[in-house]
Amino acid sequence: MSTHEEMHPDHGDGHDELGVHATLKGYFTGFLLAAGLTIIPFWLVMGGVFTKSGPADAFILLLAAVQIVVHAIYFLHMNTKSEGGWNLLALIFTLVLVVITLSGSVWIMFHLNDNMMPMTLQQARNLP
Amino acid sequence: MSTPSDLSTLIFGRLTLDQLPLHVPIVLATFAVVAIAGIALLGVITYYRLWGYLWREWFTSIDHKKIGIMYIVLGLVMLLRGFADALMMRAQQAISFGHSLGYLPPEHYNQIFTAHGVIMIFFVAMPLITGLMNFVMPLQIGARDVAFPFLNNFSFWMTVSGAVLVMLSLFVGEFARTGWLAYPPLSDIVASPDAGVDYYIWALQIAGVGTLLSGINLLTTIIKMRAPGMTLMRMPIFTWTALCTNVLIVAAFPVLTAVLALLALDRYVGTNFFTTVLGGNAMMYVNLIWIWGHPEVYILILPCFGIYSEVTSTFCRKRLFGYASMVYATVVITVLSYLVWLHHFFTMGSGASVNSFFGITTMIISIPTGAKIFNWLFTMYRGRIRLEVPMLWTIGFMLTFVIGGMTGVLLAVPPADFSLHNSLFLIAHFHNVIIGGVVFGLFAGINYWFPKAFGFRLDPFWGKCSFWFWLVGFWVAFMPLYQLGMMGVTRRLSHFENSSLQVWFVIAAFGAFLILLGIVSMLIQFWVSFRRREALRDVTGDPWDGRTLEWSTSSPPPQYNFAFTPLVHGQEAWWEMKRHGYRRPVTGFVPLHMPKNTGAGVILAGLSLVFGFAMIWYMWPLAAISFVALLATAIGHTFNYLRDYHLPAAEVARVEAARTALLDSHV
Amino acid sequence: MSDTTLPLSSGGTSEPLRFHVAEEPHPPNGTLLGFWLYLMSDCLIFACLFAAYGVLGREYAGGPTGTQVLELPTVALNTTMLLLSSITYGFAVLEMQRNRQKPMMVWLAVTGLLGAAFVALELTEFAHLIADGNGPQRSAFLSSFFALVGTHGLHVTCGIIWLIVLMVQVKQKGLILANKRRLMCLSMFWHFLDVIWVGVFSFVYLMGVLP
Repeated sequence: MSTHEEMHPDHGDGHDELGVHATLKGYFTGFLLAAGLTIIPFWLVMGGVFTKSGPADAFILLLAAVQIVVHAIYFLHMNTKSEGGWNLLALIFTLVLVVITLSGSVWIMFHLNDNMMPMTLQQARNLP
Repeated sequence: MSTPSDLSTLIFGRLTLDQLPLHVPIVLATFAVVAIAGIALLGVITYYRLWGYLWREWFTSIDHKKIGIMYIVLGLVMLLRGFADALMMRAQQAISFGHSLGYLPPEHYNQIFTAHGVIMIFFVAMPLITGLMNFVMPLQIGARDVAFPFLNNFSFWMTVSGAVLVMLSLFVGEFARTGWLAYPPLSDIVASPDAGVDYYIWALQIAGVGTLLSGINLLTTIIKMRAPGMTLMRMPIFTWTALCTNVLIVAAFPVLTAVLALLALDRYVGTNFFTTVLGGNAMMYVNLIWIWGHPEVYILILPCFGIYSEVTSTFCRKRLFGYASMVYATVVITVLSYLVWLHHFFTMGSGASVNSFFGITTMIISIPTGAKIFNWLFTMYRGRIRLEVPMLWTIGFMLTFVIGGMTGVLLAVPPADFSLHNSLFLIAHFHNVIIGGVVFGLFAGINYWFPKAFGFRLDPFWGKCSFWFWLVGFWVAFMPLYQLGMMGVTRRLSHFENSSLQVWFVIAAFGAFLILLGIVSMLIQFWVSFRRREALRDVTGDPWDGRTLEWSTSSPPPQYNFAFTPLVHGQEAWWEMKRHGYRRPVTGFVPLHMPKNTGAGVILAGLSLVFGFAMIWYMWPLAAISFVALLATAIGHTFNYLRDYHLPAAEVARVEAARTALLDSHV
Repeated sequence: MSDTTLPLSSGGTSEPLRFHVAEEPHPPNGTLLGFWLYLMSDCLIFACLFAAYGVLGREYAGGPTGTQVLELPTVALNTTMLLLSSITYGFAVLEMQRNRQKPMMVWLAVTGLLGAAFVALELTEFAHLIADGNGPQRSAFLSSFFALVGTHGLHVTCGIIWLIVLMVQVKQKGLILANKRRLMCLSMFWHFLDVIWVGVFSFVYLMGVLP
C-alpha cells in the first residue's frame, strides 16, 4: 500500500520504517564469513579430503547450517527486534516446520522401504 | 502444420468435440439446467442494468466487507453443487445392489465422489472460512481494511477461477476419478491419461495462490493493524483463531503447491517422482500431501472454534470462561497439527515405531480440543442462555463434535486403524467432525454476523428449521456409515453384492434427504428474511448485545468501518464501552485514508483461468500467450503507485449524521 | 464480567476513559512483514523439494549416480557468482540509504548480471545433462535434482526480471519511499535465494558426489 506522501523523494527518514540500518562493515563481515564457510566444504570434497559419505555429510550440513545463520544475520538483517520480533518468530516457526518436514519424510520413507519386502527384478516383472 | 487437423491440434490441443458430454444424459440435463439458469441470471442482471453497479461496487471492490460477502456467496453456491454430488452418491449406493447397477456408471460415480470432496473442502469450506475472517476480523480489531486491499480482491478472484475450472470440468471433458487427494499411481499419466487430473491440479494451484496470498494478507493485518490498546491477549478469540488459521495457511499451502507441482511434472514432463518405475515412490506423494492435509483440517476448524467462542459468550451474556487457556489451546493445536500427518496412512507399512509416534501425537492433540469444550461448557454454566439460532448451532456442535472427536481418537490407535482404514467408519468420522464442527460453525457464524453485514436479522423460524433438519439429518445419514464401516464396508464403491447391507444405505440416503431439507430451509430463510427485512431491521448495529468491536459500528458498517479508530482498554472492548456509558462521537471528523478500487484482480484471475484451461487441454500457444499476458498485467499493475485516496471529513460527517438521525428516529 | 480486569489507564484520576482516538492513527506499513511471510511460505516449498531429494536422491534406477554427473567446478563458479551478487546487492542497499541513485543503479545492474551469469551456467549444466541422456525423466534421482535446482534457478530468473522492473521504476519515480520498500523486499528475496543455494550446494552437490 503506498500513499500520496510516498510519491515525494524521501530524505532518509523512511529508514526506521524500512527497519534496516545496513552497514558496509556488516556486509563485509558477512561476505568473508560466508566465503570461508563455502570454500571449506568445497575444498574438503573437491580436494579429496572426504571420500565417503557418513560423518562427512554431518560436517557439510553443520557448515551449511552455520552459513545460513551468517546469511540471516548479516544479509537478511535478522535480529530480535525487527518488526517487533515477528520476523524472527516467523523464521523460527518455519525452521521448525522445515525440520519436521525433512526429517519426518526421510524417517517415514526410510522405515517404509525397510519394512517392505525386497523385490528382485524378476519378481517385479511377474507382478499381476 | 500441413493438414487442418495439425492446425486444430496446435490451437485446441487435445480438446475436441468428443469431450463435450453429449452422450451422457445426466450431464447433458445438468448442463441444460445450469445453462438456462445462468442465462436467466445474466438476463436479469442485464435487464436491471446491474453490470455497472456490480463491477464498480463489488467485483472491483477492495473493501474487505464486500470481498468477505462475495467469498460467502461463492461458498454457498458451491455448497449446492457439492451437495448435489452427495445426494447422487447416496441415491446410487441406496439402489445399486445385486442385479441393479444403479443409475451411475462407475467412471461417472468416481468423478462425483472426487468432485464432492474437492468442492466441499476447497470451494465451500475454504471460501466460507476466508469470507467470515475477511468480513469480521478487521472489524474486530478496529481496522479500516486489511493490510493489502488489492491482494485481497485478487485472492478472491483466484479462488473463483479455481471454482470455475472445477465447474467447467463438468461440461468440457471430465473431472478426476481419483478421490479428492488424487493419489498416484492412479493419478499419473498412465492410469489417468485424460484431462480430469489436470483439471484437479490446475484448479487447486490457481485457487491455492489466492488462499496463500489471503493468508499472508490477513496475518499481516492482525499483526500490524490492531487498534491502539489491543494487545495480543486482548484480541477477541475469533481473531486469535483467525491468526492461527492464517499461520497454518501460510505454512501449509506451499506444501500442497509443491506436491501438486511435482505431480504435474510427472504428468507433463515425464519425471519419476511418484511413478512405479525408475525409482519413483508413490508413497512419497501420500506423505507430502498429508503434511499439507492435516493442517488443512485445522485451518477449517480453528476459526469455527472462534465463532463458537464468540457466540457462546454473547448468548450466555458472560465473559468467555478461560480466555487464556482458549488462546493457549489454539496455539498448541496450531503447532501439534504438524506432527500427526502419518495417521492418515498408518496402513502404508512404516512399522511400529513410526506408527506409535504418530498415534500418540494424534491422541495428544485431543487434549487442547477437550479443554476448549470445557471452556464453552463453563461459559454456559450459570449463564443467561438465549437459544437464538447461532446458539442452537453451537449446542448442536458440542454434542456432535464430541462424538466425532472420540471416533477420531479411536482411529488414532494404529491397530484399530488397520481394520477401519478407508472404511465407511472413516467417512462417518470425518463428516462427523467436518459437518458437526466446521459446517455448524459456519452456519452459526453466518446467522450471527448476517445482521452486521446487511442491517437485518435472519428469520429465526426458518433458521431453526434448517438447524433441526441438518442436525437430525446428519445423525440419520452418518450413523449407518459407522455401522457399515464396522462391518467392513470400504469407501468409494458404486455397487454392492450383499443385499443385507442395503437397509443401512437406504437410511443414510434418507438422512441426506433431511439435510437437503435443511439446505432448502436455509435458502428459504434468506428469501423470507429479505422479504421481511423491515420487520427484522436492526438500526442499533448491536442486535445481540455483543461484546466485541464489530458491534460498535453501524449495520452495515460504513465503508471506513469506524469514524474514529477505537481505543481498547480490555478484552471485551465493546462490552466495556457500553458499561462505561460510551457516547458515539458526532463531531470532529477527520479525513480518512482509504484504498481505491481496481479491476486488476479480476483481469489477472481471468488470465490465470485461461492459462489453466490452456494447460489442461495442451493448447500450448494459448498457454504461452496467456502466461505472457498474465506477467505483463502483473508488472503493469506495479507501475500504479496511486492506490489510495483520502475520504474527506465532510463525507464522513454526512454518513455519520445520517446514522445519528436514524438512531434518533428509533429511540 | 468482573470489574477487576479493567486497566486503570486513566491514571487513577477521575477523568473518564476515552474509547476512541481523535486523530487518524497511522498504522505501520505491513509490506516488509508481509513479504517476509511470503518468503517463509516459499521456504516451505523448497523444504518439500529438499524432502523429495532426500528421499529419492539415491534412487538411480540403473542410471548415473551423483558422483558421475555432478560437476563440482561449475558449481563452485556458480556459487561464487551468487555470493558475489549478494554483496553487490548489499552495496546497492548502502547507496540507497544514502539516497545516491546513480551508484545504486550501477550496483543493481552488476547484481543482475551476476544473477544472469548464474542462470546461464546452470542452464549450460542442464543442457549437458539432457544431451547426455540424463534428463529429469531418467531416474527419480535426476527428477528430484532437476526439480530442486530448477526451482531455485526459476526463482533467480524471477528475481532478475523483478530487478529490471524495479530499475525502470526507480528511473521513473526516483528513490521514493515506496520504491525503497520494494528494493528492500527484493533484497530479502535475493539474499533468501542465497540461503536456499547454501542448502542446495551442500545437500545436493557436495553430499551428492560422495559415494
